[in-house]
Amino acid sequence: MAEATLRTAPLDKARVLQWLQTYGVYAGVALLLVVNIVITPHFLSAENFRTQAVQVAPVIIVALGMALVIGTEGVDLSVGAVMALAASATALYLGYGLLPALLVVALFAAGVGLANGALVAFVGVQPIVATLALMVGGRGLALVLLPQLEDLRNPALASLGSGDALGFPYLILIAAGLALLVAFVVRRTTFGRQLLAIGDSRPAAELAGLPVRRVLILVYVACALLAAVAGVLATARLQASDPTSLGNLMELSAITAVVVGGTPLTGGRVNIAGTVAGAVLIQLLTATLIKHDLPPSWTQIAQAIVIVCAVYAARGRGKR
Amino acid sequence: MAPPAEVLAVRGLSKTFPGVRALDDVDLTVHAGEVHALIGENGAGKSTLIKLLTGVYRPDAGRISFQGREVSFETPLEAQKAGISTIYQEVNLIPLLSVARNLFLGREPRTRLGLLDFARMNREADEILRTYGVRVDVRQSLRTLGVGAQQMVALARAVATEARVVIMDEPTSSLEPREVETLFTVIRRLRDEGIAVIYVSHRLDELYAVCSKVTVLRDGRRVHHGDLADLDRIDLVSTMLGRELGEVRAEGQTKFSGEHLIADDQPVLSARELSARHKLHGVSLDIRPGEVVGLGGLLGSGRTETAKAISGSLALSSGAVTVAGVPLRGGSTPAAIRAGISLLPEDRKSEGIVPGLSVRENIALAVLPRLSRFGLVSESRVDGIVDTFMKRLRIKASSPHQKVGELSGGNQQKVLLARWLAMNPKVLLLDEPTRGIDVGAKAEVQKLVDELAADGLGVLLISSDLEELIEGSDRVVVLKDGAVVGELTGDDVTEDQLMRTIAGEAPPRGTPEEAVTHG
Repeated sequence: MAEATLRTAPLDKARVLQWLQTYGVYAGVALLLVVNIVITPHFLSAENFRTQAVQVAPVIIVALGMALVIGTEGVDLSVGAVMALAASATALYLGYGLLPALLVVALFAAGVGLANGALVAFVGVQPIVATLALMVGGRGLALVLLPQLEDLRNPALASLGSGDALGFPYLILIAAGLALLVAFVVRRTTFGRQLLAIGDSRPAAELAGLPVRRVLILVYVACALLAAVAGVLATARLQASDPTSLGNLMELSAITAVVVGGTPLTGGRVNIAGTVAGAVLIQLLTATLIKHDLPPSWTQIAQAIVIVCAVYAARGRGKR
Repeated sequence: MAPPAEVLAVRGLSKTFPGVRALDDVDLTVHAGEVHALIGENGAGKSTLIKLLTGVYRPDAGRISFQGREVSFETPLEAQKAGISTIYQEVNLIPLLSVARNLFLGREPRTRLGLLDFARMNREADEILRTYGVRVDVRQSLRTLGVGAQQMVALARAVATEARVVIMDEPTSSLEPREVETLFTVIRRLRDEGIAVIYVSHRLDELYAVCSKVTVLRDGRRVHHGDLADLDRIDLVSTMLGRELGEVRAEGQTKFSGEHLIADDQPVLSARELSARHKLHGVSLDIRPGEVVGLGGLLGSGRTETAKAISGSLALSSGAVTVAGVPLRGGSTPAAIRAGISLLPEDRKSEGIVPGLSVRENIALAVLPRLSRFGLVSESRVDGIVDTFMKRLRIKASSPHQKVGELSGGNQQKVLLARWLAMNPKVLLLDEPTRGIDVGAKAEVQKLVDELAADGLGVLLISSDLEELIEGSDRVVVLKDGAVVGELTGDDVTEDQLMRTIAGEAPPRGTPEEAVTHG
């Protein structure tokens, strides 16, 4: 249907852009799959899919939180730092058992989220500045807690990182479960709808009596908690806590996934399925180039091209 | 003495924006040493005229002569260099630079080495500002100054650039009375020095205090010009609003039915002594169930601010609001909404609708928590409410899922009304409910307001459309400069009486009128 309209009206630019923003990311994923099936040896093996999926799971989880924040016309740069903080806290408290350690991680993350949210909602600091402060401070705190890489030997943690259920790695099941949960929250809860209204028009949301500050704080807390989950899972997979480099540049990967997935930076709309596909697209792109022995700089250039395309497609929509 | 020279002469100036003829064949003549009032209501074309004079816009037709030469400014900077300075409502200086740097920005004194001569700059800045009654440390950053003092710096800067014409766009909107006096002293001094001042304001007292000439714009046309002394307040107001005194009007132009049955019991809303800095000075009013109370006054008289103060979205410095006898916690929109107050804001597009969301989501926005259990929205209950109100208000949309931003103004307004009616409010505050919507929708909205009042709602109606205000209201409370100056009741609810009250003549019902100083 959509392709048909495309062919009959090739000059209708607005429509093409609209289509590109909504479905472009899926088309991109499909294209990369087909290309790889044709040109990449052993691409169709279960082992390869498993590797790709396990690698992309943490990015997806962080991007879910990022999508919520971007839906409120904000951005959260502190997600990478929260991952590092989660890694440090896991290493420090793992001695008490996995569950107590996870509880402490959650507390740390909620603290960062509260700080971000309070700065944005009450102090009125721009999200990019508020979360930049926590990005620097959070990573610093992580390094204070645990100055260098530490190997972790905990069977429960190890099985979380590399275990399976029903033939799927836990990492993938958790990421999929969280994606469904976040999509449900956005679509079916008052919180989700209020979040979108605030992102679309904050003055109108305030005058309509919405609890704007509470929603904003909850959004940043949710984003930090999701980043912490990603941090714990990445640590579990590595079987080591690495606060120096874990989560480095993760904020940019997450923002890329969200934007490529068709969620506009101007707020008021959150596309969860697109975000997941966006993360997968970038992962496949990177994997493709690596498998064909292209230098990492090529990967970055390819990513840049994808981002520019996504932003270009979003541009038409931004002007209502 | 020779007659003062024409310093600025505008002939046949026109400007059209897509869909709007903002300025239509306007003339304006300003002489040296003259303070010229430029007045008109919203959309009259004042801002467009100023922007044409200062090179922000290019005219479609017409000529501007400045000091005898025809000019065509490409940028505001060019106009400023030629000698036309403008002071806007909001101070447009650089808050982080020092007061002295701001004053000399772009023309700083230099030392022999070409470096900034700070000593000289600070000394001269101090001298200049003293003449404006501003005594501050000129080395401080500008933002440490009060708004009034900042305005003075802007003014000093504008004049110091050897301006021949100074345009002031509502310069007093953020000034204290004492600062206004200082401003007037400065304006009189400029006048005596032969500088022409174009003064834009809605405060009649100010106009009569400093202006000698007046030009009135309405709907993009010049409708009056001449000596201000020849035009008394009531004529000025009626010229501005486009209503003639004693004009006989055919009844039934609006869809209001007239009188409402008002239960003569306790007011459903009672506002007492609402005050907010620079905006409101002790506004009190009551609304009884079933009553439509109009709020009259010129632009900037505090009508919108009163509605916002009642609805908790404007912070009050003092005052109290009670709803059905229960005091309301001030400054909280959610608290006001819970108490049963609903505000239809003046700026529908940026403060009312959420443009990217659907009609359905917009209608359900405020009432959503009531349609939810444990934070989960009941879609069937939302559908029920949306369906009811789309039918009742005859909202025309392709489906409930159409984006509100794509609807016509009238339908957007109906969506907002639906949002509030779904809350079962006790009091409805309507700020310009029919502005910018087509005639058919306008009639429907007016009829609806009538029906709602008949159902026992208390309604506060703000409208710049005098006819709508008079025919729709049972009583009209008149505001001026953020204070109540009169109230029209019964047979006094007429356009004549309203304009007289706005002009400060014959206040009905013995409302104490503050002393008026004629210039």
